[in-house]
Amino acid sequence: MLQIAMGAVILGLLWALTTIGVYITYKILNIADLTVEGSIAMGAAIAARAIYSGMDPFKATILAIIGGVLAGLATGLLHTKLRIPPLLSGILTMIGLYSINLRVLGKANQSLLRLKTIYTVFGDLGIGKDRFSTQLGLGQTLPILAVAVLCVAITIFVLRWFFGTEIGYSLRSTGDNPRMSRSQGINTNSMIILGLMISNGLVAFSGALIAQQQAYADVQMGTGSIVIGLASVIIGEVLYARRSFLSRLVAVVLGAITYRLIIALVLELGMPASDLKLFTAITVAIALALPVFKSHWEPIKNSIRRRVDVTS
Amino acid sequence: MLQVKDVSKTFNQGTANETAALRNLSLHVKQGDYVTLIGGNGSGKSTLLNCIAGVFNVDQGHIIVDSQDLTGCSEHKRAKVFGRVFQDAMVGTSAQMTIEENLALALRRGMRRTLSRGIAPKEKTLFQERLKILELGLEHRLDTQVGLLSGGQRQALTLLMSILREPKVLLLDEHTAALDPKTAVRVLELTDRIVQDRQLTTLMVTHNMRDAIRYGNRLVMMYDGTIILDVKGEAKRRLSVEYLLNLFDQASGEEFPDQKALLA
Repeated sequence: MLQIAMGAVILGLLWALTTIGVYITYKILNIADLTVEGSIAMGAAIAARAIYSGMDPFKATILAIIGGVLAGLATGLLHTKLRIPPLLSGILTMIGLYSINLRVLGKANQSLLRLKTIYTVFGDLGIGKDRFSTQLGLGQTLPILAVAVLCVAITIFVLRWFFGTEIGYSLRSTGDNPRMSRSQGINTNSMIILGLMISNGLVAFSGALIAQQQAYADVQMGTGSIVIGLASVIIGEVLYARRSFLSRLVAVVLGAITYRLIIALVLELGMPASDLKLFTAITVAIALALPVFKSHWEPIKNSIRRRVDVTS
Repeated sequence: MLQVKDVSKTFNQGTANETAALRNLSLHVKQGDYVTLIGGNGSGKSTLLNCIAGVFNVDQGHIIVDSQDLTGCSEHKRAKVFGRVFQDAMVGTSAQMTIEENLALALRRGMRRTLSRGIAPKEKTLFQERLKILELGLEHRLDTQVGLLSGGQRQALTLLMSILREPKVLLLDEHTAALDPKTAVRVLELTDRIVQDRQLTTLMVTHNMRDAIRYGNRLVMMYDGTIILDVKGEAKRRLSVEYLLNLFDQASGEEFPDQKALLA
């Protein structure tokens, strides 16, 4: 049980970087960016290919991030320069990336078993080698957990700083009110491109870490990732959201972890794994529709209250 | 100062919906001029403002400020020169950001934005000081989200943002039209005070003839994409709403609907 929960937490943390990426586009830039599906697989593909050809796993991960940044750039240019609607721009990049990822990987999937990854490097440092962890059977998981926590913490720290800068402010206002932003002298096109680059860089980072953790990269691994990202953002917002930017980012991370714990739970309860995507889609649909349900529910609630008032 | 030279703008050119919004229009606004711009619906007054601000590109002609030709310049680059307030109070501010964050954005209008802090610590006092001008008590609510403010408060804040970094020309596009009458008067009075105090060169669109006569030192009336009246100084002070209405009737061969109702 501890191992299942631990596995869910780790997966949640690794996916949290994707979720933060989705948060930046969906919540801050106000764009539903489907590039995510391609750039997560791209991160995995680049990291896997590079590590397989003997590159240092840290360099391989950085290369993956650069790939994601370029994918975001492509979507940004399609949207701002060629005036293609954002949803469609994302889909175009995503489809294009599928072929690119196949070329990068050279085949549909690539195993990384027994190869040096970021986690094995940390494992060699001695994390998880103590008697206590070994007895609990966490020798393998602790280095992964350490790397995941570290990566998420650094990301949150950097983003918190960035969104407090002049450029960060401009990016936020661009997503919230592009007309006002232009009238205040902000180049909204550049800000949209920048936001998409940051977001997809994080998503590819996430993909690279996931591939190294499961010791396996697959060009199909992005399918449904945007929905998983949205689900995590929404869960985080509903359950943990506070006002400050830092707490919102933390909420997003907790949302990603909660999502994985829920999935682990329903699997444990006997739901077939093949039904997972349907389950996620329905969850997201319900969560997105919450305001509608609320608006129907409020009048009913009020009329009940009124009736109670009259009778009492 | 601000020169609009022979500007034309046609929407949906070459289609059945083709409408000429501006026809070879020229206007020269001098330094310190406070121009009120009136006209009926579809007269082209908002289009003119949007062409000046760079929201639309003109089909023909030039927009020149201080001998600098801005014609091909993008909207965000022209922001260096223009301060703007819009008709819709929701447009001028970012609802999700706080009052101080909005002001910080406005303080950097026309400047290069970098990776330094979005709000420098010493700026807070500046913001509080400026917010006092509005007399709305907003100086005590720097970290309130702007989305929580009323339309009138947001419009007053937008006005302050448009002048926080002094613009060469202030463009006001019916900025009180969407407010309730009482708030509209307050925002107009505030506008007048700010413009007078700072001697700002201002172009204010309104469709209220009384306001157009009461405020400013120059009145320009538009009809069907051209200027049909341009009076200043003493001549402007002697204008009456009746005169403007008659002029409008002559120009259009129809009656100015809302104003007739207003006078009745």
